[in-house]
Amino acid sequence: MNLSNIQSLPFSLPEALLAVGVVGLFLLELVVKRKAVLGELALVITAAVTCLVAMQSGGQQGLLFSGMVALDGFSIFFKLLLGLAGFGAVWMSLGSNEMRDEHPGEYYALLLSVTLGMFYMASATNMLMAYLALEFVSQVSYVLTGFIRGSRRGAEAALKYLVYGGVASGAMLYGMSLVYGLAGSLDYAAISQVMAGLGSGGVDGAVVAGAQPVIYLALVLVLAGVGYKIAMVPFHMWSPDVYEGAPLPVTALLSVGSKAAGFAMMIRFFYPAVSAYDGDGNWLTAAGVDWQSLLVVASMVTMTLGNVAALRQDNIKRLLAYSSIAHAGYMLMGFVVMADDGLQAMMFYMVVYYIMNLGAFTVLLMVLNQSGREDIEGFKGLAWRGGALPAAAMLIFMLSLAGLPPFAGFIGKFYLFAAIIRQEMWVLAVVGGLNSVVSLYYYARIVRSMYLDQPAEDAPGFVADRHNGVLVGVLAVATLVFGVWWRPVVALADRSLSFFTG
Amino acid sequence: MDHILTYMTFIPLAGMAVILCMPRGATKAIRLTALGFTIPPLLMAVWLFANFDRTTEAMQFMERAQWIPSFNIQYIMGVDGLSVTMILLTALLCPICILASWNIEKGVKGYFALFLLLDAGMTGVFCALDFFLFYIFWEVMLLPMYFLIGIWGGERREYAAIKFFLYTLAGSVLMMIAMLALYFYNEPHTFDMLVLMDNAGTYSRTFQTWTWLALFIGFAIKIPAFPFHTWLPDAHVEAPTAISVILAGVLLKMGTYGILRFCYPMLPLATQDMAFWALAALGTWNIVYGALCAMAQTDMKKLVAYSSISHMGYVMLGMATMTVQGINGAVLQMFNHGTITAMLFLLVGVVYDRAHHRRIDGFGGLASVMPVYTGIMVIAFFAAMGLPGLSAFISEVLVLLGAWQYSPALAIVAASAVVLTAGYMLWMLQRVWLGPVNEEYASMPDVNAREIVMLAPLAVIVIVLGVYPHAVLDLINTSLTAINNTVLSAVPPLASLPLDVLP
Repeated sequence: MNLSNIQSLPFSLPEALLAVGVVGLFLLELVVKRKAVLGELALVITAAVTCLVAMQSGGQQGLLFSGMVALDGFSIFFKLLLGLAGFGAVWMSLGSNEMRDEHPGEYYALLLSVTLGMFYMASATNMLMAYLALEFVSQVSYVLTGFIRGSRRGAEAALKYLVYGGVASGAMLYGMSLVYGLAGSLDYAAISQVMAGLGSGGVDGAVVAGAQPVIYLALVLVLAGVGYKIAMVPFHMWSPDVYEGAPLPVTALLSVGSKAAGFAMMIRFFYPAVSAYDGDGNWLTAAGVDWQSLLVVASMVTMTLGNVAALRQDNIKRLLAYSSIAHAGYMLMGFVVMADDGLQAMMFYMVVYYIMNLGAFTVLLMVLNQSGREDIEGFKGLAWRGGALPAAAMLIFMLSLAGLPPFAGFIGKFYLFAAIIRQEMWVLAVVGGLNSVVSLYYYARIVRSMYLDQPAEDAPGFVADRHNGVLVGVLAVATLVFGVWWRPVVALADRSLSFFTG
Repeated sequence: MDHILTYMTFIPLAGMAVILCMPRGATKAIRLTALGFTIPPLLMAVWLFANFDRTTEAMQFMERAQWIPSFNIQYIMGVDGLSVTMILLTALLCPICILASWNIEKGVKGYFALFLLLDAGMTGVFCALDFFLFYIFWEVMLLPMYFLIGIWGGERREYAAIKFFLYTLAGSVLMMIAMLALYFYNEPHTFDMLVLMDNAGTYSRTFQTWTWLALFIGFAIKIPAFPFHTWLPDAHVEAPTAISVILAGVLLKMGTYGILRFCYPMLPLATQDMAFWALAALGTWNIVYGALCAMAQTDMKKLVAYSSISHMGYVMLGMATMTVQGINGAVLQMFNHGTITAMLFLLVGVVYDRAHHRRIDGFGGLASVMPVYTGIMVIAFFAAMGLPGLSAFISEVLVLLGAWQYSPALAIVAASAVVLTAGYMLWMLQRVWLGPVNEEYASMPDVNAREIVMLAPLAVIVIVLGVYPHAVLDLINTSLTAINNTVLSAVPPLASLPLDVLP
């Protein structure tokens, strides 16, 4: 189905609720006395939105708003994930000391609006819509990064983020204009028809040869825009500073939310829009343009740089920033195989990554709340001074991030490796494997600090707060369970890989 | 006894769960619980030993269940002569190690919980017949090992623990790539090791070579074969006694077990090509190199650690010969080395418990101070040297017999290295136990009942297998002959034959 604006509204309930929430929170802040209510309201809204998205799953698929966004298995999958990311960020903000007195109305309204933007990033099927959604997310993220007033680190990070973001989205805009020039349309479905024509041989060979460099340039430029969102090398430079400078819940949202949204947008553009599906689980690049090799290299460089740079970090937020760069590299492994199983592996990995990375950030938040420290010293002897449960959870998250069984992170990586090995991409497989070994070193540093180091004599005891503890517990159990029995998640990823193209 | 292998693997895991629920302070109860949960697997292992059908090479006590059907991952357990021997060794050493850990006072609850997790992982590795399942068990062992060395180890424990962790993980990652390569090479895709073995004839030579190398590096790190051995002395020296025993007694065997379980039957062509350099020559070098390094040590534990490298060399050499004697000798050597090194580490541990150091030059005349202890120790030392009448003699002779048929030069080098072994062993014996009594330790108490209980069974096994090796040889012979024949009879698949060979 292809619906007009008015007809689309019943299918946009989650987005509508988010929009109402944004406006409502701004207004409520003016009248409500007890400010804590605002955060709780935001929590309820994100939970409700996630439920609404879940109710859409399995229902009708189609294009909404005259082909601007798609409602299909793929977008529902990502909206679920992003809704949960928003929920997690709100939950963490409620339990964060540093966010307590920071204009809750505006803050939570911004969190909801960034979630709304990410929803549209994941479902946009029109370059204009995709660009607007990406810019929306970026602008709000700049504000959120520098939200704590008076924090020099935050202000600096926000500015850096803004400058990098401006350059990246400018490059992407230029790339999109080239695609528009070739295809004569902003619509993904129309672009895909033109590209398929170029690839099929029905077109004069000289025309194809002439188009190839332009397509290549266009794709590289678009890659700059989305590559910046997912923190892919060489567009990653902003991320360590921003992760370190932003308030912790915002950092968590950037790492699990906007990365997933960036990947969703990237998949939609590079797969259904500019590649052709052969009906048998494999994809063919448009007009024989080999963007795949470029991304193979990008994937290897991204994971290697991320892991090597993380080795010497003492600030855990910064360490997790580099780790998140490395994970973007792992996820790209699924992106370059040009096959459905690669995309499914990526989607599976994003779920797993959400669980374990959000968990790691929440444990960090507990430590930060208690001691005001976010460096590795804050974790010293954690297991021996009352933090046995948070330490055990952090152990699970760290080993899962390193990709060790029996944790979910291993299964995620296993599917990614399976996808590239099926295509016999041995070099990438070996590089990816060795990277896991390197990454173990810095994840184990945190484990060592918690368990192997004794707490200092005068170290304060650790009292786990219940609010964050609940989230950590749920995520830790999920990491364990999905490490042994991951059938439902993989089935969901399998089912969700369907693009509605009209 | 329908699901005996599952019980053996998961009873220790249940024990871990029980211990985690116990109060931290109940140290005595925790120790007894840990011991209690390692006894049933031992009894089951004895039952396996009694009921194992020695006339067939087929897998026995099979269990099969679906796990993740969409990826064709199954839960398959089963044993043949090779794995049942290793399971016996594991089940035997675990309660002994719990006894050896009786003196641990720090974090008792965590220690025994992790130990039982390690136990489950080890048993699982030897039972698993699905490659994916095998890999999970293989990796599950890393974590408890890291903590057991890293928390309860000696001075440089953190360094040793992370080094062990990183080395082994590097090997496992390559193994995972090889595992997936095998999975996708087979149609329909499968991790079922029996199918992977049955289809061995269809794998092209190039494919076999690369897969073999990836697997071999993973296993060689575990053996440890030169040049991947450097983690071992560190890990051994820093690990607490019981963990050293497990490390040398069981974990090292997993390397050679893996080669015999995967490389030999699944990649026979590559095995033919690689055996000389990667196994025979490297194994012989291991023998000589390990012995020479052992001679230079001043720390008793480090000496035993290097002697392990040397003795594992015999295993590699034996299996490379692909003769019935050689390959049987290799697996017998795996079992014997497991018991003898376990004794050596326990014995060093006994002294260390009393003196709190392990310097070879720090003692003297202990024989007159601790006569019972010295008696047991002499058995272990002479067994390690390969003296006739004790178990290692048989296995080393079998290996050398096989090696002679394979390459007399290597056999001569390997046999001469026995002199080096005698050198470092006797030298240590002389400096620590003979000579004038060191007054500082003149009143050291002799072994107590607990220590005798943990040492005596091993001593008995060492003596019994010295005169009646058939107890183990009967167990392994049929399976190993079958594995050996697979390799010897392997021919390249038709498609990859050069054209002129075809009719």
